[in-house]
Amino acid sequence: MNATLLIARREFYAYLRSPLGSALIAAVLLIDGLWFHFEGMSRPLLSAEVLQQFFYGASGTTMIAGIVLSMRLLAEERQTGTFTLLNTSPVRNSEIVAGKFLSAFAVIAVMTALSIYMPLLILVNGKVSWGHVAVGYLGLLLLGAAATAIGLFASALARSQVIAAVIGAALLGVLVLMWLVARAVEPPLNEFFSALAIHHENFRPFQQGILELRRVAYYVAVTYFFLLAATKTLEARRWR
Amino acid sequence: MIEIEELYKYYGERRAVGPLSARIEKGEIVGLLGLNGAGKTTTLRVLACDLLPTSGTVRVGGYDVVERPHEVRGKVGYLPDRPPLYDDMSVDEYLSYAARLKRVQTKDLARRVDEVLGMTELGDVRRQLVGTLSHGYRQRLGIAQAIVHRPDFVVLDEPIGGLDPLQIVEMRGLVRGLRGEHTVVVSSHILHEISETCDRIFVIQHGEILWSGKEADLSSEVEHGMRIRLTVRVAGASPEAALERARALVTGIAGVRNIESREPSESGDGIASLEVMADSDARDALCRALVSGDVGVLEVSRLRDLETTFRALLEEGAPS
Repeated sequence: MNATLLIARREFYAYLRSPLGSALIAAVLLIDGLWFHFEGMSRPLLSAEVLQQFFYGASGTTMIAGIVLSMRLLAEERQTGTFTLLNTSPVRNSEIVAGKFLSAFAVIAVMTALSIYMPLLILVNGKVSWGHVAVGYLGLLLLGAAATAIGLFASALARSQVIAAVIGAALLGVLVLMWLVARAVEPPLNEFFSALAIHHENFRPFQQGILELRRVAYYVAVTYFFLLAATKTLEARRWR
Repeated sequence: MIEIEELYKYYGERRAVGPLSARIEKGEIVGLLGLNGAGKTTTLRVLACDLLPTSGTVRVGGYDVVERPHEVRGKVGYLPDRPPLYDDMSVDEYLSYAARLKRVQTKDLARRVDEVLGMTELGDVRRQLVGTLSHGYRQRLGIAQAIVHRPDFVVLDEPIGGLDPLQIVEMRGLVRGLRGEHTVVVSSHILHEISETCDRIFVIQHGEILWSGKEADLSSEVEHGMRIRLTVRVAGASPEAALERARALVTGIAGVRNIESREPSESGDGIASLEVMADSDARDALCRALVSGDVGVLEVSRLRDLETTFRALLEEGAPS
């Protein structure tokens, strides 16, 4: 087994053993369920609109979950001194970062998969396009991956989990609020800022069941950028 | 072999280590001795590739720590001052994880974990969660993870920190047991501990090597001579008379600088103890003089107050 998968497996089991993983999954499913009930099921809407509402609500909890799950990944290891084991083993920084990322992303994936009962409930009462469901879920996973990568970068920067969470939330908040910046500036800058917005402009097509390659590319690029930044941060720390 | 040439490590503007040059031969057990903040941990972290040097060259097993860190890490086992243990894993799981990280082949994994558990006497707690282990077991597990991949070099930072006397003796045996298969670098701020375990000592102060050599040389060089304790018996005499007679006999022996009376190490008629400061090893001359003067010699021993010696060295700076 290569180092990336080894680290990913250890961290994934650590989530399962600790209250953090199960409590977070439970909390996210509860909030998603409440949102689905009040925003989707308690007023007359078309099935596709209900599904859009579900994906909209789930996108918020997925972003928060990404930050909460990833804040501990590197900062906690430094706090407890266990990072030394990774840092002095013949393992590359990129393998450490990839392994950590995969473990948190796996939890996001489990959490997202467990929410499938909500689209199925729509199916009971109406008609749902499976393509819409698949694209929406792809969007949630891509958004979750990007948020996790941002949180992991923050965790590489910070000495404590709390500071990592604050930095991660701030970075994510800036990217979310890009749509507001886009609104405030003149063309062509508005398009530039709009294209950078992690949620508004880039997530809406997924929410509506529209698969656009450039939106997929955006999330992949954000994820890659922050994972690379986390790797470079670990490398820089050895020189300090 | 470990070769360190003009190593410097700065934290911001503060120089933690440097200039530091040393050479450690294959199979040696070497001790880094210094007070807290002397630069021991930083030096060890550089050897383990946990930190990179600001300047200078460090080669471990022929590989440069800056240019080939991956290879160096494969050859070094490192126990930091706080063992890097995951409390949520069992001892078995943790060692298997550490072994896999350190590229132990899957086919050798179970056997190697068993071997290391045996060496560190952790077999009884192998199914126990790491978080429930006592401090002594945690230190042993820290050493186990450092040697699980059969590294050529083992770097141990304060391995006896926080251990009780019995655990210290066990840890000493464990470190000595690494001799031969591994080259070991161990740090401590306790001279006695280093001298018990190591072949050679590097005394570090302010990030520089103040002195290096064997512990016996350290005592004689810093004290500029030898302190010898004598316990004598003169049949039929009082302790005071025995002391005076012994004093008269050893006074004037070449190299004897100072003679002081001491509380006798055993009680009895005509028994007295004295401490002699000599320029060199005068034990045989002292014994001859006493015996020829019809004074029985019950004890002759070289005195080593290691901590005093260490303190004197740090206060004096490098001996000439």
